[in-house]
Amino acid sequence: MLHLINKSPTERNSLDSCLRLAQSGNAILLIEDGVYAALAKAAHAEKITSRIDEFNFYVLGPDVAARGLNDVPLIEGITVVDYEGFVDLVTENDVTQSWL
Amino acid sequence: MEEYDEGGPEIVKRFMYVNRRPPHGTIYALECLEVVLITAAFEQFESLVFMDDGVYQLKKNQDTTGIGTKNFSKTYRALDDYDVERIYVEKESLEARGLTADDLIIQPEILPTDELREIMAQQDIVFSS
Repeated sequence: MLHLINKSPTERNSLDSCLRLAQSGNAILLIEDGVYAALAKAAHAEKITSRIDEFNFYVLGPDVAARGLNDVPLIEGITVVDYEGFVDLVTENDVTQSWL
Repeated sequence: MEEYDEGGPEIVKRFMYVNRRPPHGTIYALECLEVVLITAAFEQFESLVFMDDGVYQLKKNQDTTGIGTKNFSKTYRALDDYDVERIYVEKESLEARGLTADDLIIQPEILPTDELREIMAQQDIVFSS
């Protein structure tokens, strides 16, 4: 299953709920305001770093660039994908769940 | 009936705009910025606060070409020209996100919560977005 997170982890609890309900091995793609969850130096980074071996984390590059986050470190182990990579993830997974 | 005296002294109120949302996922940040620029024409005492996810609005090096939306972050640099008197960033919000003053597109006053609370209490009108 592919999980889509488009809300900031310090504004909504979408990421928390996703991490609570997702199955080990699932793919989690951070898009839109969800990309802030990938900030390595943020206090909330632990939400993802503590689960980095359990899930496959991805972040959408254009949303990272739009928010000016290309010059700050992102959490190691998160794969940056472009729109084509986004489509690949959707086709590779039988179910896509958006945590709106 | 008392008539409105157009020649009377102008009333200047203290307006504060509190930004608490990130810039591109919703329209709130851009809308607030537009309101600030419009209100500037009325020559009131305006201040802006960036706290919680609102500090992300001031992140430098934003490049929205990949998502096809307007990059309004450079407009924050123009606030000086519009006589916006004060721009504050809550120190705790910035630090919680792993950001520093060097990460911002402008040089706001970075204040701890205690000082920001005092300033907020002095306002006549507070807008939140």
